Amino acid sequence: MAKVTKLSRPTLTKSDEIYLIGIFKGTLVTLKHAYQSVFGKSRGADGLKSSGLGITMQYPEEKWDDELPEYYRGAPALVTDEQDRERCVSCQLCEFICPPKAIKIIPGEIPEGDTWAKVEKRPQEFEIDMIRCIYCGLCEEVCPEQAIYLRKDYSITGTSRAEMVHNKEKLYEIGGKRVGLVNKWNELK
Amino acid sequence: MEAIILIIVMLAKIIGITFVITLPLIAYSVYAERRFAAVIQDRVGPNRTGIPLTLFGFKKDISFFGLLQPLADGLKFILKEDFVPSHVNKFFFWLAPVLTMVPALVTLSVIPFGSYLFREALVIADVSVGPLLIFAVASLSVYGITLAGWASNNKYSFFGGVRSCAQMISYEIALGLSVIPVLMHFGDLNLMNIVEEQAKNGWLILPLWGEGLSLERMLLWIPMIISFFIFTISIFAETNRMPFDLPECETELVGGYHTEYSSMKFALFFLGEYAAMIVGSALIVTLFLGGWSVGFGLDAWVFETCGNWAGLIHLGAFLVKLIAFILFFILIRWTVPRFRYDQLMKLGWVVFFEAALINILFTAVIMARVNDHLVGFPFWAALTGVIIFSALMFYIAKSLERMLASDSEKAADSAN
Amino acid sequence: MSDQETTTKLLPKDEAAAKGLVNVHIDGNWIQVPKGTRMIEACKIAEKEVPHYCYHPKLTSPGNCRMCLVQMGMPPRPAPGADPVFGDDGFQEIGWMPRPVIACANTVAENMGIRTTGDLVEKTREGVMEFLLINHPLDCPICDQAGECSLQEFSVEHGRGQSRFVEDKVKKPKNVDIGPRVNLDDERCIMCSRCIRFMDEVAEDAVLGFSERGTHTTVTCHPDRKLDSNYGMNTIDLCPVGALTSKDFRFQMRVWFLKETKSIDVNCGTGCNTLIWTRGSQIYRVTPRRNDEVNSEWMPDSHRLAFHEVQGDNRLTDPMIKVDDKHEITDWHTANTAVADALKQFEPSEIAIIASARQTNEELFLTHTLASTLGAENIATVERIGEADGKLISADRNPNTNGAKLILGETTKKLDSIKAGLNDGSVKALIVLSEDIFEAAGFSHDDLANAELVVSSHIIANATAKVSDIVLPGASFAEKRGSMVNVLGRLQRLNQALQPAGNAREDWEIIRDLILALTGEPNDLYMIEEVVKVIAENIPAFEGMTFSKIGEQGIKLIETGVEIPLLTKERERASAGIIVG
Repeated sequence: MAKVTKLSRPTLTKSDEIYLIGIFKGTLVTLKHAYQSVFGKSRGADGLKSSGLGITMQYPEEKWDDELPEYYRGAPALVTDEQDRERCVSCQLCEFICPPKAIKIIPGEIPEGDTWAKVEKRPQEFEIDMIRCIYCGLCEEVCPEQAIYLRKDYSITGTSRAEMVHNKEKLYEIGGKRVGLVNKWNELK
Repeated sequence: MEAIILIIVMLAKIIGITFVITLPLIAYSVYAERRFAAVIQDRVGPNRTGIPLTLFGFKKDISFFGLLQPLADGLKFILKEDFVPSHVNKFFFWLAPVLTMVPALVTLSVIPFGSYLFREALVIADVSVGPLLIFAVASLSVYGITLAGWASNNKYSFFGGVRSCAQMISYEIALGLSVIPVLMHFGDLNLMNIVEEQAKNGWLILPLWGEGLSLERMLLWIPMIISFFIFTISIFAETNRMPFDLPECETELVGGYHTEYSSMKFALFFLGEYAAMIVGSALIVTLFLGGWSVGFGLDAWVFETCGNWAGLIHLGAFLVKLIAFILFFILIRWTVPRFRYDQLMKLGWVVFFEAALINILFTAVIMARVNDHLVGFPFWAALTGVIIFSALMFYIAKSLERMLASDSEKAADSAN
Repeated sequence: MSDQETTTKLLPKDEAAAKGLVNVHIDGNWIQVPKGTRMIEACKIAEKEVPHYCYHPKLTSPGNCRMCLVQMGMPPRPAPGADPVFGDDGFQEIGWMPRPVIACANTVAENMGIRTTGDLVEKTREGVMEFLLINHPLDCPICDQAGECSLQEFSVEHGRGQSRFVEDKVKKPKNVDIGPRVNLDDERCIMCSRCIRFMDEVAEDAVLGFSERGTHTTVTCHPDRKLDSNYGMNTIDLCPVGALTSKDFRFQMRVWFLKETKSIDVNCGTGCNTLIWTRGSQIYRVTPRRNDEVNSEWMPDSHRLAFHEVQGDNRLTDPMIKVDDKHEITDWHTANTAVADALKQFEPSEIAIIASARQTNEELFLTHTLASTLGAENIATVERIGEADGKLISADRNPNTNGAKLILGETTKKLDSIKAGLNDGSVKALIVLSEDIFEAAGFSHDDLANAELVVSSHIIANATAKVSDIVLPGASFAEKRGSMVNVLGRLQRLNQALQPAGNAREDWEIIRDLILALTGEPNDLYMIEEVVKVIAENIPAFEGMTFSKIGEQGIKLIETGVEIPLLTKERERASAGIIVG
């Protein structure tokens, strides 16, 4: 049983009831805070890399990039492995799980004679609509091939809707190479 | 010929005071508000808008701390779609913003912005009914807001309009009553004369030179301070500023009376609010803080040394006081939380109304006593009368308060 | 005597025996099932799921996957001379066997007990799953079966979740080309032999078999043979894992994105029941749907892949009017008005309609109404006769010949008189519905030389559309609703899986709007259900029919005396007890 504490209103003294003293004190508090803010002494200003005014960072000139944590969820991207193999086999689980339906995959077959022909399948086209993407990371979570990762890119801008759709080439460009993953297709077969 | 010169001089004053001084002041008080709000909230505020040199191929923009932000705001307001919902009453919907903006600007006509520049008083209309004209015209702005709420044909707007109507009428009483002791003291309704009197004999709430040091002024200082408080707070309420901004209270009324307004029509409401704030500040400064006078007995010296240019010095002094007061408005806005509506009404009717009334009688008694019009028994009788009157007022206030409390309890019960 | 009989309590076993049933105790409940029922079917009746791979009711049961192991029990045999002891409920006590039995190949017996749950059964299933997964490549991400794979389902439900196998897995051929339409992945195969049995027993083309031994066992084609039977793709549906996959559907789309729509095949008079699998505006595959009266569970490959024809670039998407020998896109209102205005220039006898037995009953009925509105008496349908294959494909390649006969009457003979009329000038206006008169009806361009007006409605820009003055784009079989009567006289339903391409419309709507444009009177036909209602009022054979009464499995409408050979064989095998059926 949760403990219920009944709170009572504080009883006001006569000077409190006049309010004016309270307001005067309040303005002093406001002014003190304003002073701290103007001179970059706000609480937490140092930790947040303040620009010296409030706790705000002046964005395009100053960036938080170095402080981004390892688990930061930025733009989703495809990765290749040590042997430059496209890790994605277009199983379309990410397309299935994607809550805003931002991912569109056209699966394709790897032609005979390709180094990785034994993998049989890879995406012919892989598009992520970054207007739709909500950076939830479910695609990374669901991927059985460790092929899609949320990178630290957050500034995804474009001047048209088409520009905001990342195609396969762009996704590999953002993703780059990732080492140290499970290489289940590389066993002798 | 003289008529033409008169017209030119008038036009120069109107354009100078309205368009060169007041409108930029309105624009920059918005800017100041935003920057100060940012500072209070540990942010930066608008600091970018400047000359966009990058558009012309340069490496960097010149930002001027965002001082061109008001221009950008104005441009945006003009360019935005002026949307008129189909369900509104078109005529009043168009009229309302004008009715908010115009009265605020018209009241500027009687406010002395400075002393004399080449023997020409820096006031548009040097009339001898200054405060009366201000109250008369300023009370029109309630129509603007009420009509906006009504014409929008939207219940939230309507609530906003009704609230503002009630609030402004209530506080106009306190406003009018609180200024009576001041006018009693000056015995004049010409604001220019009032300021000159203050320049000579000490500001009303700072009587430190000239006749200000007389016993009468010392005694009158108390009722003047009370008047000053009531007047200032009532101005807050009249201009719908925090903590009395209930007509546009976002948490309850979406946007209040201007919910349906967009583009320049909305901008007129917005600017009207700030214009009213500036006029209010100017009035407080003029009545209680010596208007354009530099103060401390220095005005005579200023007139002597600067001669024809003394007006500019005084204009500067006036603007300094005015801006200080605007900053005070902003500071209060970011310090005090919004009142509840019943608290607002209680403050107006139960506290200020009675206090202002008592204050008038108190002032009258003091003035009569000091000027030896009331000596001996009549004085004591009058004083006793004032005290009994005060007690009566106190009693009425208490019973009103009790009535209101039981009403709200009943309302709460029936709501449950 | 009668008194004695009433006092003697009749035992449940005798009650059941009188009805040809036996009592079976399944997971705590006694039920009665027909004698000779397989245990797995008895469990199905009791609504207890028994996981299985190799068992299939339409095939023989070799019992080689071992997945359907259940615990069985029988009453203990009484000691010599002793009578069986019956409990209060009239049943003997069941003595449970310590080892499990397969449910697919054993039949039930009186007073038998079956446990589909419990420690023993669960442990056994876990063990079987572990064995099956030992050499499984776990390439679900690239496997087309993923999402409809029994191996996935049962390993989730009954597997142990983790592999204890540390040795190297056996490598087998992958991506093997065993036929023109089927791909084989031997690593994924679990040796259930369903495909082998199907090819042998149903398709009667035994090309598949096992080779090698032990863990190296692989499914292969017989030497110099390919899996090229016209029923070969049924093995893909049968395969419980991803060993046999379709080349046509290979890597096209994951099945979990696809929407299934129950429909029927329109490529021959049999009208196999199908599922149309679609995503967005595309059909990805068509698979057979079980209907024991029509197609059992099978479907010929040629019909299965026929859907590609309606997905080409040559689809008609907008109504068009020919201006100066060029077709110009227009809107439906203009097109309909143009058709009505043009037709009003002709005498009724000068108008001929070529309808089609590929149209649904609703379209045929509205065609009939159109003809009577115009007063035209020249209505013909085109006959399509092919070769029956002795299994499912009927000689009649029109899906709705019986429907056309019921609604329009005997019309195939009138084609020649129309052709003659066109040549001698007595027929000047021709309305062609869902047919290509050049390819199917044998018309030549000379025949049309005298025709003053040709209006056609089709889904594809064919030769007829090219010569038509006004072209009205129709909907393919997957894009419309309607009913058809197959060779057995069975009324079956088409359902809409997709929206018609572009601005095309369902054909019955096109004809309805034409009638509306001609008469100018609203006819209150807004939904296909209302058309069926009108048919039921006007055509005796359809009396009392509604669209929903047809149901997913169809309904027998008329007796035609036709039999489907594959079903006949299946019934023989079922009555012989070879299969469950």
